[in-house]
Amino acid sequence: MSKHPTITKDFSTVTAISGPLLFVQKTQNISYGEYVELLSSDGVLRRGQVLETSFEMAIIQVFEGTSGLNLKDTVVRFTGEPISLPVSSDAIGRTFDGSGKIIDGGPPIIPKEKLDVNGSPINPKSRAYPTDFIQTGISAIDGMNTLSRGQKLPLFSGNGLPHNDIAAQIARQAKTKRTEEKFLLVFAALGITADEARFFRKSFEESGTLNRSILFMNLADDPPIERILVPRLALTTAEYLAFEEDYHVLVIITDMTNYCEALREISAAKEEVPGRRGYPGYMYTDLATIYERAGRIHGKKGSITQMPILTMPNDDITHPIPDLTGYITEGQIIVDRGLHRRGIYPPIDVLPSLSRLMKEAIGSNKTRDDHREVSDQLYYTYAEGRSLRDLVAVIGEEALSERDHLYLHAAEMFEREFVSQGRYEERSVEETLDIGWRLLSNFPESELKRISPSTIKKYLPKSTLGV
Amino acid sequence: MQKLESQVGVIEKVVGPVVFAKNMTGSSMYEVVKVGKLNLIGEIIKISGDHVVIQVYEETTGLAPGEPVFRTGAPLSVTLGPGLLNQIFDGIQRPLEILERESGFFIKRGKYPDVLSKSKKWHFIPTKKINDYVQAGDILGFVNENPLLEKHGIMVPTNVKMGVISKIVDEGDYVIEDEVAEIKTDDKLIKVNMITKWPIRKPRPIKRRIDIFLPLITGQRIIDGLFPIAKGGTAAIPGGFGTGKTVMQHQLSQWADAKVIVYVGCGERGNEMAEVLERFPQLKDPSSGLPLMYRTILIANVSNMPIAAREASIYTGMTLAEYYRDMGYDVALMADSTSRWAEALREISSRLEEMPGEEGYPAYLSSRISEFYERAGCCEVLGSDGRYGSVSVIGAVSPPGADFSEPVTQSTLRVVKVFWALDTALAQKRHFPSINWLTSYSLYKDDLNSWFDTNFASDWSALTKEFMQILQQEEELNEIVRLVGPDALSESQKLVMEYAKKIREDYLMQHAYSLTDSYCSLKKNYKMMKLLSYYYTKSKELINSGVPLSKISSLKSTRDLSRMQMVSNEEFDQFYIKMEELLRMEMASLMEEINLE
Ligand SMILES: Nc1ncnc2c1ncn2[C@@H]1O[C@H](COP(=O)(O)OP(=O)(O)OP(=O)(O)O)[C@@H](O)[C@H]1O
Ligand SMILES: [Mg+2]
Repeated sequence: MSKHPTITKDFSTVTAISGPLLFVQKTQNISYGEYVELLSSDGVLRRGQVLETSFEMAIIQVFEGTSGLNLKDTVVRFTGEPISLPVSSDAIGRTFDGSGKIIDGGPPIIPKEKLDVNGSPINPKSRAYPTDFIQTGISAIDGMNTLSRGQKLPLFSGNGLPHNDIAAQIARQAKTKRTEEKFLLVFAALGITADEARFFRKSFEESGTLNRSILFMNLADDPPIERILVPRLALTTAEYLAFEEDYHVLVIITDMTNYCEALREISAAKEEVPGRRGYPGYMYTDLATIYERAGRIHGKKGSITQMPILTMPNDDITHPIPDLTGYITEGQIIVDRGLHRRGIYPPIDVLPSLSRLMKEAIGSNKTRDDHREVSDQLYYTYAEGRSLRDLVAVIGEEALSERDHLYLHAAEMFEREFVSQGRYEERSVEETLDIGWRLLSNFPESELKRISPSTIKKYLPKSTLGV
Repeated sequence: MQKLESQVGVIEKVVGPVVFAKNMTGSSMYEVVKVGKLNLIGEIIKISGDHVVIQVYEETTGLAPGEPVFRTGAPLSVTLGPGLLNQIFDGIQRPLEILERESGFFIKRGKYPDVLSKSKKWHFIPTKKINDYVQAGDILGFVNENPLLEKHGIMVPTNVKMGVISKIVDEGDYVIEDEVAEIKTDDKLIKVNMITKWPIRKPRPIKRRIDIFLPLITGQRIIDGLFPIAKGGTAAIPGGFGTGKTVMQHQLSQWADAKVIVYVGCGERGNEMAEVLERFPQLKDPSSGLPLMYRTILIANVSNMPIAAREASIYTGMTLAEYYRDMGYDVALMADSTSRWAEALREISSRLEEMPGEEGYPAYLSSRISEFYERAGCCEVLGSDGRYGSVSVIGAVSPPGADFSEPVTQSTLRVVKVFWALDTALAQKRHFPSINWLTSYSLYKDDLNSWFDTNFASDWSALTKEFMQILQQEEELNEIVRLVGPDALSESQKLVMEYAKKIREDYLMQHAYSLTDSYCSLKKNYKMMKLLSYYYTKSKELINSGVPLSKISSLKSTRDLSRMQMVSNEEFDQFYIKMEELLRMEMASLMEEINLE
């Protein structure tokens, strides 16, 4: 596709191999970041990228890993071009592997364009602030941490928690008030198990989402370093379809923890000074080049909404992976082990969860006029109940006042009735808010400090329990 | 210039944002160079012999060893003149609106449009005449930059010690490159137009620093009340992700009583810049009713833009702030987040293979941080008329894992005078602003107390002191409750707990998106304190006479206190009168009841 015929240069001066890196000597005119192909005696074609270049040496990261390569037989072919991906709306409904090769047995795709997978930053001046409400049908999200079109909102989870079910449920149920628009799901798997991959595929098939999905699959036994590339393939495709072909794209990437492990492996092989817990100091910036590829643009119809999933090592939210992610994304949904153990699905802990774009996505002509006040009051009520729960653990329930008992009870109800719902239960935002009101109706009006008297008058059902 | 440009170096090595080059004899530190066939702007950050190291302000993909490096002979500078306000620039002052027009919604490399329009005419009104003696900083005339900054001063350049005006144009419309005056000094004739350049790493000179203490009024209760910042002061807002740093900086940009706001979005989110760009033109300045964007300059290096430009962005912002200060204005600079700037510094340092200090940051981290905050201050600026101007700096800090013991937070705390510690636990309870009232402090508080007491209300500082004491007591009482339960508290201790709760929930909390409460005037702030304090004084009397707390708590008036926030600034006076009256009456009748018994 490029205007100039590509001039490739072959070198067989590999002098060292270390982890995923290859060191090539006496290279000439090799540019930073360019795409490299490796030919070796085992006949496997491997791909790589230039990480450092000088007159003496080029350092190359090899996506397929270096196992099986030797110094003598390896030929390094420099292409002089950045890594690029052919894109086209024909990719819709198709499945690719982590290198962008078709693996669904279908016909080849004729590309419309070939794009640099690293993309370019969106000019902040061109961004349109996300304001369109996406209804996921899940109360803990819609009611308390509303998702908005063009937002990047990750799931922070842990091993063995049902984040996949939640993601699949969102993919199945997500909708906006406007029905006429073109939706698309781009799914990037990074090192997930074959079981998990099957689960997602089946779930997309059942809900009829598969024919409007594009899947990029790097599974647990696929090359780990390739995981650096996979989100970029997914997002390059998403950008093309959103901003050139007007699609509203939801991008699910799972598991970002595996991405960060790959980043750490490369950094260690380069013998860089490690940052916190061995992850490279530039991990924040690197993650930003993925997460910031979401949003809306003035004058463009389409949008990219990102929902990355990551498993927190040891459920530790201060671990660099969730920590740096939280510093970049527009909030986070926390999947909590405690709630899961108590049998609550979805086990979303709304207190540490956050949607920063909620304020513009809710209200009278988006969800309902009472939304902000109800969610503020529910937050207050639940937080109060939770801290009382902690107190009870220390001093016992006897010491509590009447008012305290109300809050304690409300926290329980909030988890059992508001947060908890079926995997196939799709609640409208109005239903969600009504459940909230039902819960609040157990309180005397004077406790509902976050809600204005007029809203109370309009929505508060007559209490059934009464106080 | 010609000679310099013929001196072309050669790229030897490219590692991320850092480029090594040779054949660079004669270059100087921080000189700007153009790198490679792509003509990318970079800055020399290390010299050894004829080898140099360059940090490149744009993505370096595609650069190769052997490509040329062109010297410019000048340090990295910003362009100063009318038309900076109401604009958004990147970290090296490229105008993003023009970039968008020229190359679309993705930022393209190697493009450097003019910072200020060369064709726009400005109406210049001279304030000096021919034969007037002038010195550096004297204002030669004003142009009307926009309705919120009608007097943009065109100043005598900083290098003119003393001179006489040999020519000055009449009132009229001129473009920025038109000559408006000529100044004759001992040895030179200096031509002045409306545009200047200034190197970003060099503080603009002032006459002297001064110690006057005026509050920067922010409309945020907890700040104006408990932890105020002075004009020309420095403050840090550290906090984990999602604790409210950005919202606070947006709030301050909207409401602080500064003449000019410079907002540096340093390594943060693109959408947060979009939010300011969309909201500020619609928000009205509280005093004039004009769009707030007119007093605002945005510098955006969002998290996926090049990190070397991130390192430069805060200096770019600071230099623009100093320029408006020099005209005699109060400027407030927000930097969100200084941690991203420090990380950029760390990354470049590590590419240079410098010896890493604590957590990999270079050993000079803390001196760079203090040099930056040193540029804040209240001062007499250059010029013979004794004008004052100030730059206040408010820096967000994003400590990893919300752990404040890390180097960036610690180095910052050593230099700033105000510490607004954001607390993850409070944020998760949706107590906003999540400023922790026990650990935060303002070293200006004592000096500003006298301003508030003499200019605003004589008992202002007494009230704020009472609040702090009660909050402190609450903490101690909480300890008892945790050990032995609430029953161990006496009625008057329970009252303290109740009062503290009211202070926290009804006074300290302030919803940024509330129409009535986003901005709280000093008057409303004061009257809220008065009402709460009145409630406490009266309740204490009742408790001492044996009235149980539960009776007081169920009064309509005490419950209505919690709706104070929903009352607007305008309606508050009336609310106050009614509320005080109601409190007085209800409490009096409780007292009567008990006396009858
Ligand atoms: N004063 C406030 N009133 C209401 N809500 C607030 C306030 N401050 C913060 N919030 C809420 O907290 C969220 C997070 O705030 P903010 O984006 O400012 O965090 P931050 O500290 O800048 O995080 P990060 O370091 O990740 O950028 C906001 O989106 C908003 O929902
Ligand atoms: Mg922020």
